[in-house]
Amino acid sequence: MSTPFYVSPQQAMADRAEYARKGIARGRSVVVLTYADGIVFVAENTSRALHKVSEIYDKIAFAAVGRYNEFENLRIGGVRYADLRGYSYDRADVTARGLANVYAQTLGTIFSSVGEKPYEVELIVAEVGRTPEDDQIYRLTPDGSVVDEKNSVVVGGNADQIGNYLGQRHQVGMSLAEALKLAVDSLARDPNGGTPRALTPEQLEVAVLDRVRPQQRKFKRILGPQLSRLLSQESAAAADADLAEPESTEDE
Amino acid sequence: MEFLAEHSPELLPGRRALPAGVTVEAPHGTTIVAAVFDGGVVIAGDRRATMGNVIAQRDIEKVFPADEYSAVGIAGTAGLAVEMVRLFQLELEHYEKIEGTVLSLEGKANRLTTMIRGNLGMAMQGLAVVPMFAGYDLDLGRGRIFTYDVTGGRSEERNFAATGSGSVFARGSLKKLYSPDLTADQAAVLVVQALYDAADDDSATGGPDLARKIFPIVTLITDEGIRRLSEEEVSRIAVSITDDRRIRPDGPQAPLQ
Repeated sequence: MSTPFYVSPQQAMADRAEYARKGIARGRSVVVLTYADGIVFVAENTSRALHKVSEIYDKIAFAAVGRYNEFENLRIGGVRYADLRGYSYDRADVTARGLANVYAQTLGTIFSSVGEKPYEVELIVAEVGRTPEDDQIYRLTPDGSVVDEKNSVVVGGNADQIGNYLGQRHQVGMSLAEALKLAVDSLARDPNGGTPRALTPEQLEVAVLDRVRPQQRKFKRILGPQLSRLLSQESAAAADADLAEPESTEDE
Repeated sequence: MEFLAEHSPELLPGRRALPAGVTVEAPHGTTIVAAVFDGGVVIAGDRRATMGNVIAQRDIEKVFPADEYSAVGIAGTAGLAVEMVRLFQLELEHYEKIEGTVLSLEGKANRLTTMIRGNLGMAMQGLAVVPMFAGYDLDLGRGRIFTYDVTGGRSEERNFAATGSGSVFARGSLKKLYSPDLTADQAAVLVVQALYDAADDDSATGGPDLARKIFPIVTLITDEGIRRLSEEEVSRIAVSITDDRRIRPDGPQAPLQ
């Protein structure tokens, strides 16, 4: 009969954290930043079917990196939580803070349970407020800790480098086109300092939580032609005119 | 819905036991009309809720958007109906978010069938809910109307439909005034005319209330989505209809030959 090796709890947790971190670092990053009228989510994602950014509720969206099946599980859980809350009480009672807490509980439990491997995911839960000051962005790590972020946040591979680049250049009150350009520039940078890659609209998944959208549900994907237009121009006025256009590309 | 049934079944309409043999007095909503026009569908409802012979509410809303391309109008027990609509809206939105695509119009109509059937027990005790469902079918490129009976029996109506206590009179009015090549504006006038006729002969249906400025709710659904007419737009239609009826109290006349 063999006796199992003794592993100290510190070592076990460190190993798990390392395992999750490596899983996340393999993937492409997701960038989330605020702009004048809301919050924009930019992910490098060639798939049209498997989303990294999705709607949770009226003013809440979800972005994730890591293993698809794991964060898809969490996304569905989040949508169920939000819809059940909103139906039982009121739509206004569904908050990003509540959702982030639920995710933190789930991730934390899985992380420290001996029988399961930790989830290799990092999540962002963001809620757009009535004014830019009310915007909330939460980042959740695989061990279940919640970080309250301001203005801009990056998860995924090279998150630190991209985060530094963004942090230095992000300004409060940017237009959507400016914010989008900054996000794409930061994703395209070569981590080793070489020439940046060129990212085409087909390689990007972009969505916004737009506080000026007349509908109750503020989440909107920016697709195809509209995305190309926004990327090719930086002028704030033209970008605003773009958003005011009838939204024929959504709800496909 | 499956999740809700598993998790908190007491939140579902139709899951509550009611003492046998007791009928409950509760506010009832009355007339809903809908008509298909070229490029979409219009659905409208009056604003009255009655409880026996009493007017329970003058400004109740009985037409609700179900999602971007469909709407539900409710006749029957207001409290249960409003809750049913809330659950229906939630289900459509939930499906859309989980699956990443919207349900087909048929799928939405079938979903409503099941919900009405779930309420059959209550309906037998006098708390019936009889909705009407109208939407723009993006696959077929036209507006469609579905009506239901208390058991959930679903039937698709061609051209126009009416449900609720004033439906007999509204249908008569629609029958005479309807033509398949209506524009959206004409269709909006048509449904307000039909509601006026329903209110004329049915005490439980409320007509346009010019003094209190309470007008029917008129909702247009086209390929651009759902749009509820503003109060000014409906008031303009209602005022012009009321003015015309001062001259011809029975409304516009259909030619005999």
